[in-house]
Amino acid sequence: MTDSPALKGDAADVIIIGGGIIGAACADELASRGLHVLVLDCQRPAATAAGMGHLVVLDHSEAELALGEYSVRAWRELAAQMPEDCAMRTNGTMWLACNEEEMAEAERKQVALSAYGLSCQLLTGAELARAEPSLRPGLLGALKVSGDGILYAPNAARWLLQRQGRRITRRQAEAVELQGNRVRLASGEWLQAPAVVLASGIYARELCPDLPLQAKKGHLLITDRYPAQITHTLVELGYVTSAHKGNGPSVAFNVQQRPTGQLFIGSSRQFDNHNPDIDAAMLGRMLRRAMDFLPGLGEMNGIRSWTGFRSASPDGQPLIGEHPHQPGLWLAVGHEGLGVTTAPGTAHLLAAQMLRTQPPLDLQPYLPQRFIGAHTHA
Amino acid sequence: MPELSIDGLPHRFVPGTTVAAALMSSGDRCSRTSVSGQRRAPLCGMGICQECRVNIDGMRRLACQTLCRDGMQVETRP
Amino acid sequence: MTEHVDLLIIGAGPAGMAAALAAAPRGLNIAVLDDNPLPGGQIWRDGPQAQVPQQAREMRAQLQQLGNVRVHSGCKVIALAGPKRLLLEDAARGWVLSYDTLILCTGARERLLPFPGWTLPGVTGAGGLQALIKGGLPVANERIVIAGSGPLLLASSATAQKHGAQVVRIAEQAPLAAVAGFAAGLWRWPNKAIQAITLGSAVYRTSAHVLAALGRDRLEAVRVKVGDKVEELACERLACGFGLVPNVEIASALGCAVRDQAVVVDDWQASSVADHYAAGECTGFGGSELALVEGRIAGLAAIGARDEARKLWAERRRWQGFADRLNTAFRLDPALRTLAQPDTVVCRCEDVRHADLVEHGNWSHAKLATRCGMGACQGRICSTAAQTLFGWAPPQLRPPFSPARISTLACLDEGDVV
Repeated sequence: MTDSPALKGDAADVIIIGGGIIGAACADELASRGLHVLVLDCQRPAATAAGMGHLVVLDHSEAELALGEYSVRAWRELAAQMPEDCAMRTNGTMWLACNEEEMAEAERKQVALSAYGLSCQLLTGAELARAEPSLRPGLLGALKVSGDGILYAPNAARWLLQRQGRRITRRQAEAVELQGNRVRLASGEWLQAPAVVLASGIYARELCPDLPLQAKKGHLLITDRYPAQITHTLVELGYVTSAHKGNGPSVAFNVQQRPTGQLFIGSSRQFDNHNPDIDAAMLGRMLRRAMDFLPGLGEMNGIRSWTGFRSASPDGQPLIGEHPHQPGLWLAVGHEGLGVTTAPGTAHLLAAQMLRTQPPLDLQPYLPQRFIGAHTHA
Repeated sequence: MPELSIDGLPHRFVPGTTVAAALMSSGDRCSRTSVSGQRRAPLCGMGICQECRVNIDGMRRLACQTLCRDGMQVETRP
Repeated sequence: MTEHVDLLIIGAGPAGMAAALAAAPRGLNIAVLDDNPLPGGQIWRDGPQAQVPQQAREMRAQLQQLGNVRVHSGCKVIALAGPKRLLLEDAARGWVLSYDTLILCTGARERLLPFPGWTLPGVTGAGGLQALIKGGLPVANERIVIAGSGPLLLASSATAQKHGAQVVRIAEQAPLAAVAGFAAGLWRWPNKAIQAITLGSAVYRTSAHVLAALGRDRLEAVRVKVGDKVEELACERLACGFGLVPNVEIASALGCAVRDQAVVVDDWQASSVADHYAAGECTGFGGSELALVEGRIAGLAAIGARDEARKLWAERRRWQGFADRLNTAFRLDPALRTLAQPDTVVCRCEDVRHADLVEHGNWSHAKLATRCGMGACQGRICSTAAQTLFGWAPPQLRPPFSPARISTLACLDEGDVV
């Protein structure tokens, strides 16, 4: 935080642009530490409403594992307080191995996650079939990560924005220009605060074009309500390998069963595509992949499909910290597919920097200057 | 006379009868249970409202656009 | 597996059948898709308690005999699978069909508006009740209240009475002057005069609308406002519908211009997209006679028989006049917007109440915040209602256009192209 205290004419102690899961988590954390927060949201369709709400610890890097473990643990601690409509369930993730290469990856992952204290367990093909009888026979095995979960992110965001009472003010408004800690709204009005946090996900580059963020389009589909078919969130280990293999369009199996009984099916990735329309061929590919793993899915009815855009940084980690060239502007962007997972951790790391308290994790891997360059002032 | 089963209850029908018409004269005369637990019955009769979604021989189908068949198994509480 | 046809017609009601019969003599490979078990659409719906008119039976028989026309009944359009390619589904399979020319005859659905108790078993649409009775629903000795708006109330009443029901009230929301004026003009259209007679029925009331459906587990009574008075009528069924709304979802997805919720067509029944025509109720409500002549024009235009098509323009004008009078007479009273109470369910699929919706400015915001419209009907019922209640524009559909099996949707992956 800059040294200047809130001035008369400041709209709040902190203005947060974006009321999705990241903005909401940051608002909640800052308000809990006594700050008055103004959250601006223009209600454009975005990732919090579109995504799968999967709380999943990934470990493509140490930084990803550290942030994910910390943050999913924070979600579990919040669980008891969350209202029922947030539909939080700690149902675990089952990482599925189809072949020896994927089984080796499961074993490697088990070691890496266990070292971080996560409860995870390797399953043989037979054990997997007993745990998830809807899966096709012949899978080699799986890694079960018990502490992962699912939740309904739009309601979780709403809850986080409401539970600190009057310390958080929400305003439906569109930010159209950003200069450090000053924001211009579509109405022409300028707002300022000692700190402004940019947490508008896929729209962040509109206000800050130097952000190195790329959109990755994804498809999702949800079915009608059915009796329980699966317990854990099922994800193929091919997800990990294909997600990082080249820039071509790809699909990977990812299915959860919502508390409503609806099966929620993903996932796909397309780069350099900002068209929100359904790509029929990609949808078909994604569903065919899903049927490969869950043959019974074929007979179930899909009722709705939609797309969403993940906002990805070049190294796959979010940018959390002060903008090196714009004092007073703080960034909480670039979460790719892990926005919901890492929202509490993002909020804690941001708040620690803003209030100069001890951060819970090493900050370096998430600092904006790794892309945007060093501070230009002392 | 041909017969189908609705939630386990046998029901005779005249050929050409829709499953919706059949279930509206059988059992509690409803086709599904809503999200908040209310029983619902066919509404629009023309395949739009989705209130008549039932399981027919294991598949989720619209009763108002499906003709009864001898031996069909219909479930309104799948 | 992909099939190909020269001419694809969606809908086998009067318009679709007329289009197929008009185009067939050219010898093209023609497919007609329809989502009901038998051809006929709504007005010529067949069933154990249906009275299909002579003309309809003849047209169906003719279609059946044509070797170059194939009718796919029980078939829904699920998605666009590429340029001039559609993903279809019936009970047995999902498949892709490609075409050179398309005629949309997707008809119309009833406008169903929420009011207290409308989710009770025993409540149906007005056209809905007629369809269900034709499909075999027994109504003998049942007391029925029919409400809403439009000539469909009379047709529904006639069907119910024919099968032994006692219609205790027909509550038309339009005022007497409007309805009487419409009836008086019916002499110009001889077949319609028969329906006019029933306007003199003892139970028919104008400026009347339902207030609430009453009952615990199912309908037991209906509260109706007739002018300034309120009456409560014990009954077994309430059949309530407020006119018809064209089914324009597929047209819209194909990029056809739609205005005031109707597909825009020119004198040749051509839409704004090349090689795509539309006819019948989906271009605006007008009754079966208008649908027949529009379908015939579209079929002729689709095969390039323009001179023959032009000869039908006068007949179409005549029936369009009837349609215009009808739409003017039965305009909806704005008071109908206030029927829904705060805890009246508006989205029946997800049980979202009026009070939950009212604070949002548009359909998109309401959907995100409440899940209204995210259920199986994909907003068809509730977004149509929301248009009347809040003035919100209805959304464009994404695939699947109807709930469809995952195995069907997987066909979009192009792995199945023959």
